Amino acid sequence: MKSKGRFGPFGGYYVPEVLIPALEEIEAAFEQFRQDPNFLKDLNALYTDYAGRPTPLYHARRFSEAVGFIVYLKREDLLHGGAHKINNTLGQGLLARYMGKTKLIAETGAGQHGLATAIVGALFGMETKIFMGATDVARQNVNVHKMKLLGAEVIPVEGGTGTLKDAINEALRYWTAHVEDTFYLFGTAGGPHPYPTIVRHFQEPIGREARQQCLEKAGRLPDIVTACVGGGSNAIGIFSGFLNDPQVQLVGVEGGGKGLHTTQHCATLCTGTVGVLHGARTYLLQDENGQIRDTECISAGLDYPGVGPEHAYLKETGRARYVSVCDEEVLDTFFLFSRMEGILPALESTHALAWLWQQKGLLPPETIAIANLSGRGDKDIDIVEHHRPLTARFL
Amino acid sequence: MNPYQICFSRLNRAALIPFFVIGDPSYDVSLQLVKAAVDAGADILELGIPFSDPVADGPTIQKADLRALKAGITPAKALQFIREITAYKPIPIGLLVYYNLLVQYGTERFLQDFKKAGGTSVLVADLSIDDAEEIALPAKNAGLETVFMATPNTPDERLRRIAEKTTGFIYTVSLLGTTGEREALSNAVRPLVARLKRLTDKPVCVGFGISTPQHACEVARAGADGVIIGSRIVKFIEETPDNPDKMQENIRRFLLEVRTALPSKSPKGTSNS
Repeated sequence: MKSKGRFGPFGGYYVPEVLIPALEEIEAAFEQFRQDPNFLKDLNALYTDYAGRPTPLYHARRFSEAVGFIVYLKREDLLHGGAHKINNTLGQGLLARYMGKTKLIAETGAGQHGLATAIVGALFGMETKIFMGATDVARQNVNVHKMKLLGAEVIPVEGGTGTLKDAINEALRYWTAHVEDTFYLFGTAGGPHPYPTIVRHFQEPIGREARQQCLEKAGRLPDIVTACVGGGSNAIGIFSGFLNDPQVQLVGVEGGGKGLHTTQHCATLCTGTVGVLHGARTYLLQDENGQIRDTECISAGLDYPGVGPEHAYLKETGRARYVSVCDEEVLDTFFLFSRMEGILPALESTHALAWLWQQKGLLPPETIAIANLSGRGDKDIDIVEHHRPLTARFL
Repeated sequence: MNPYQICFSRLNRAALIPFFVIGDPSYDVSLQLVKAAVDAGADILELGIPFSDPVADGPTIQKADLRALKAGITPAKALQFIREITAYKPIPIGLLVYYNLLVQYGTERFLQDFKKAGGTSVLVADLSIDDAEEIALPAKNAGLETVFMATPNTPDERLRRIAEKTTGFIYTVSLLGTTGEREALSNAVRPLVARLKRLTDKPVCVGFGISTPQHACEVARAGADGVIIGSRIVKFIEETPDNPDKMQENIRRFLLEVRTALPSKSPKGTSNS
């Protein structure tokens, strides 16, 4: 490996020996093609004509009025597939294609990364297998159905709590046996090097565009940029555009589940400790012996006991701060935001909106905040209905 | 000479190395089974501490990890277990562990305690030679040997580096994949062992997928210094969950069969091809 992929003390590639040659191959290909004019031309064409980039920066007027400061939304929910995930799957899928790989595998939690991988698998004519925890298969069945329609095979993973962590374990296991012809299209800005760097790279358009659009629309940089953090790919994507602007506060919002006083949450950076999981040294939710804890969160896409190593580094250096909101606050915000802005936000992204809602009345009115609306909420309507049935609320 | 060198030099056949997850299915039954394996002629023991997310392991050992975790096995209890085994009979013990367990206990302190318990070597499943410095010095300071993995897709240049960092034996993975029983022995074994033998004098032990006395025999004939059998043995525990004596009898009988099947090494200086 040319680089160890460290972010301060975090990151690295702590994997069984059998995976090293595959990671080295991907690192070398990424370094080669990221600057390759043909690759860039192909990728930019796909971003523009297929995915729908650039996405708008939208001034959410009614929500702004309600919280008492200016809120812009980076509309990644308008992308093909309904979430930011397509930025990364187009990038890595194209990389796989340039490398001559014919098969894709991916893990998925909420199903958005699985869906975005299935889309790219179909687009490039690659055989695609999606590993998904059995619990997530049950709670995100719309996405499962979509992936199958697109021709991907969805493999339910029974181990552990049947969530994202278990899907990653199983995808890694499958990969060790199929490294020679299979590209592991990793979904979040975590895992072993070079994935945190690759995923960040392909998500950087979010931050680059948001910075430029804010300068154009508001005439200045924002005061706050906020995004939800599970593994942290949408957050690192938007944060990356503002890392060199020290006056811009970066706020990552984790899944507080039933509350941080319980064990039923996935607020890794807020409450976790440093360890090694899925190839990276980073913050983890674990017991005192180093066994990884079960997590719980209303939002499947945040339900993960680790976090991308660059976020661990941004926390450690104080460049970003990490907070959490709990399930009930997320549901409250989901309803009020939907009815204020006419947008159903993904429950993941709603975490960032719920944190902004908590700031209501606390910030000067000229404050400008950008929230990354990383995905749309259609996939979540069954979950919302389960927790807050419409019949009970509005009839 | 370290305990492995002594063991390999005494034997005129490949060493028999059964693998157990410590505390599977419970502390006491596991102790009974490992002692029985020692009595049945195991030359070296490979013992694993259960971990919640064992990515290098197939379904059989994943289930064993879950059983042991359910039985309340912690790294501290695993060390106690090792003390009880080495007190029963001195035998070289290689530990197989996932890195996070060491990190949380404190790598230096854990390795010191493992040495005190009578341990011989440590292999971290998710730590490659590129990060060998994280384990090599603490192991050396504790008086332990290092074991690293080599796989069929490891290039020669890297095999050389693996051999350099290894003071115990090279854990040679017979196939691309996770642990688990297989119908047939991978045809990657023979060329990989041959490559290693050409590149290094370090002992070579082969594991992953070795499920029958016949497989063990083939591995030995390929030139391996030791044969590691994990999932097949762990499967005996899974097969008769309520009957520890049956587990013990099945494991004992299987190990005797394997030991009998292992061919004698040809005398030095003659070809064993």
